[in-house]
Amino acid sequence: MRTKTGISHSKFNKEEKIMEDKKATLIVHSGDFDKIMSAFILGNGFLSMGFSVTIFFTFWGLNALKIKGFNKAPLSRMNFFGLGRYMIRKKMKKYNVASLNDLAENFKKLGGKIIACTMTMELMGIREEDLRSDLVDEYGTVGKYCYESKDADTALFI
Amino acid sequence: MNKPVSRTVDCVSENCPMPLIKTRAAILDAEKGDIIKVIGTHPQSFEEIPMALEILEKNILEKGHEDENWYITFEV
Repeated sequence: MRTKTGISHSKFNKEEKIMEDKKATLIVHSGDFDKIMSAFILGNGFLSMGFSVTIFFTFWGLNALKIKGFNKAPLSRMNFFGLGRYMIRKKMKKYNVASLNDLAENFKKLGGKIIACTMTMELMGIREEDLRSDLVDEYGTVGKYCYESKDADTALFI
Repeated sequence: MNKPVSRTVDCVSENCPMPLIKTRAAILDAEKGDIIKVIGTHPQSFEEIPMALEILEKNILEKGHEDENWYITFEV
């Protein structure tokens, strides 16, 4: 749960506040593995700097929020029917780069918020129960994203 | 530096963005006045963690290199 002045989480030090005047929002439109990696790396980066962060998932991005969706996300280029994705994941292990799942779970752990777009869920035949309940905080449409962004310092489209 | 380290965050061999994430998580778990020491090997994190600490208004007590690792010690 997020309060106006900071994260309300029994595990966290209640003295620690998110910077109220620093906020970043991202839209994830793409369902590509590398683009969603970028989204969560950026989200975690901003959270680590004390920003509050909201990511709005829409269209193909919703596929990544599905149960086991991270495993199926293709590379944006050179996917080669999954071979490219296999190769990049092998390199990620070699260079000790965090997995997409670890990045997403850390994003939530640091207080990041995820909103799933209900309009595009309907278009794509995706139900709430298809999505990971441990990741999605809220459901909404464009107005909710725009409202979240009204005081954002940075708004990104991926 | 006289105060003992309350917690050590080990980021040795970890790549971007995990050192930043772990540092932030340690701050959120800590009590005011705790001393945290982060150690790692990722060169850019040695530059970027102080940037995060500046924004978060945490006082860096000491930073440098020990053997092949860097370290940053700060007060929450």
